[in-house]
Amino acid sequence: MQLLTFKGGVHPKYRKELAKDSPIKKIEPPEFIYLPLTQHTGIPSKPIIEKKDEVEVGMKIAESNGKLSVPLHSSVAGVYMGLVNWPHPLGGRKEAMKIKLDPQRTFEWKEEERDVDLFSEDQIIEIVKEAGIVGMGGAAFPTYFKMKVPPDKKIKDLIINGAECEPYLTADHRLILERAEDIFKGVEILKRVLNPERVWIAIEDNKMDAIDRIKEFSSSYPWANITIHETKYPQGSEKQLIQSITGKEVPEGGLPFDVGAYVQNVGTVIAIYEAVCYSKPLYERVVTVTGPVRDPSNFLVPIGTPFEYLIEASGGVFGGTMQIINGGPMMGIAQVYPEVPVIKGTTGILVQNEKETLEREVSPCIRCASCVDVCPMYLMPTEIYKFIELEDFEKAKELGVLSCMECGGCGYVCPSYIPLPQHFKYAKAELMKEKK
Amino acid sequence: MASILIPIGILGGIALFFGIFLIFSAERFKVTIDERVVKIQEVLPGIDCGACGAPGCSAFAEGVAHGEYEVDGCKAGGEEVALQVAEIMGVVVEVGGEEVAVHRCLGDNEVAKQVANYKGISTCVALHLLGGDKGCQYGCLGLGDCVEACPFDAIDMGDKGLPYVIEERCTACGVCVRTCPRELFEIISKKHDIFLACCSYDDVKTVKQVCSRGCIGCTLCVKVTEDEIVTMDGDLAVVHWDKIDDNKLLEPALEKCPVNTYIKRSELKGAENV
Repeated sequence: MQLLTFKGGVHPKYRKELAKDSPIKKIEPPEFIYLPLTQHTGIPSKPIIEKKDEVEVGMKIAESNGKLSVPLHSSVAGVYMGLVNWPHPLGGRKEAMKIKLDPQRTFEWKEEERDVDLFSEDQIIEIVKEAGIVGMGGAAFPTYFKMKVPPDKKIKDLIINGAECEPYLTADHRLILERAEDIFKGVEILKRVLNPERVWIAIEDNKMDAIDRIKEFSSSYPWANITIHETKYPQGSEKQLIQSITGKEVPEGGLPFDVGAYVQNVGTVIAIYEAVCYSKPLYERVVTVTGPVRDPSNFLVPIGTPFEYLIEASGGVFGGTMQIINGGPMMGIAQVYPEVPVIKGTTGILVQNEKETLEREVSPCIRCASCVDVCPMYLMPTEIYKFIELEDFEKAKELGVLSCMECGGCGYVCPSYIPLPQHFKYAKAELMKEKK
Repeated sequence: MASILIPIGILGGIALFFGIFLIFSAERFKVTIDERVVKIQEVLPGIDCGACGAPGCSAFAEGVAHGEYEVDGCKAGGEEVALQVAEIMGVVVEVGGEEVAVHRCLGDNEVAKQVANYKGISTCVALHLLGGDKGCQYGCLGLGDCVEACPFDAIDMGDKGLPYVIEERCTACGVCVRTCPRELFEIISKKHDIFLACCSYDDVKTVKQVCSRGCIGCTLCVKVTEDEIVTMDGDLAVVHWDKIDDNKLLEPALEKCPVNTYIKRSELKGAENV
């Protein structure tokens, strides 16, 4: 079978072998849980409980606050301690709900399985919204909003994203291996709402065991097409995946449904299945903890668990911690505080030690155009960078800096070690500020 | 002899025609220049800092002549320029003392704890995006965006990583106020000497963890001063400059503040103090 791929991209060291054979382990919740009100793209949720209130696992503690917002649910049973200004994994400090665990009250989610056919399409979307589900591949865009496809747009290709191109991370890989059937059941729900012509399940060719596992079910779910993709970064990016499979390019500033495609991560699909069939809200997720830790693992963690607790649970770091990253090495964000909590969009925690965080001196651009070759969005990173250096953000915008998805490919290949994606992030933030 | 008269006549005729034409067009297409604009431009500093709100000094001069800007609108020029502009415009202006920028943070490298080692784009704006490398989320980031931005070279970076204002050069133009991502600069009147050098809204527990000279919100300064010149906004004391005529009113706060967050502008002199 021919491998599907897109133009551009890089081949970093994947290092997936560290955590890929570690089965998903449920972790004991820590003493304190911090649930930031901003866990999704959009408006922060609004707390609906009072200080000192008792909370249960899966209890709604903050409600959706506007058009692009989802509710928040408690991930442990305990007592609500009030709002605190707590470090946020996406930078800075944001308001978070602090909950003290009550270790006496242990909990398993037990609900009768419900028949999906009982619900209409609109009801399913409402369930997904109330369950607080967001895209779990990292971007954390509210899923219910994505599922509400405008009536004039027809979804032709439903793509289930199991590519997991980010180095080190294995959370989606483990989910496919361990919960393949749930993925199919979740896709069936999505299929009902979106009514696509074709369904694709996309996996990179470095996860052959996952592909085999999915193929075992192909007789029971004949509508699913399995596509094998070249192991290349960023294969799992929404627009690149659409290009690999359908050959169509999402127009600049457009959304996938402009080309009749809809992409959803495997983790989100399982969350949708659990929400619809077992009325389980999104309060826990699979997080890969990897790097130079003694025991790299995939944990099923309550959302709001501090990073340091998880690093401790995976045996601690050897070689001296230098950097803790939320996400993988390419797109992840280096953390200032070890006590930042896991949020709905946290795919993994990567620790790096002194040996791995070698600092290199930045030298001037030699105009080799390596970054232009690898940019999957067909931008000219070197040109944009020059204008950002001069603080000419308008010119950077003209050259398409807003299309940059910060995949980090340009910075990875740059022989002068110029921190290109960091500059683009900076310019995007500045442009957003001007817009406001 | 007569043959020379013909070319003289022709040339003279042409000269006469052009002369009349030029006189006519000079009258007909005259551009009126407001002399005041030129005069105002001459007295302005001419560094186009933009503090007045106009794109530059000549735009400001035109604006003043057309009544769009106040005659004392030039912050950089200060009192002297305001008086001169007022004289040109033929109006009387009251000059209410000069202003100066103050930097409201004491969290230098020794006082405020650094919690992370930042290696990236070396500007405060970029570091602020990530949340900063110091424990305090309100304090100075110390990468010197203000030093770069000041059009008068009136801000310099101290030895301990805090910028300080060189008051002789400061014109209170306000560029630093707009540049600082953490909004630590404030323009105050030069008659005020004591000011509160902290902008942290954190509660006492957090402040104590991250900085030894941050405002802990103890409300002591509110209690020892009169007429509500200092009030509390959450865990931060706020000084109301409009209620203070005499800076001595703040002296009890300066003495009583348990963390020495009130400081005297006159005692901040050069790099060794900050």
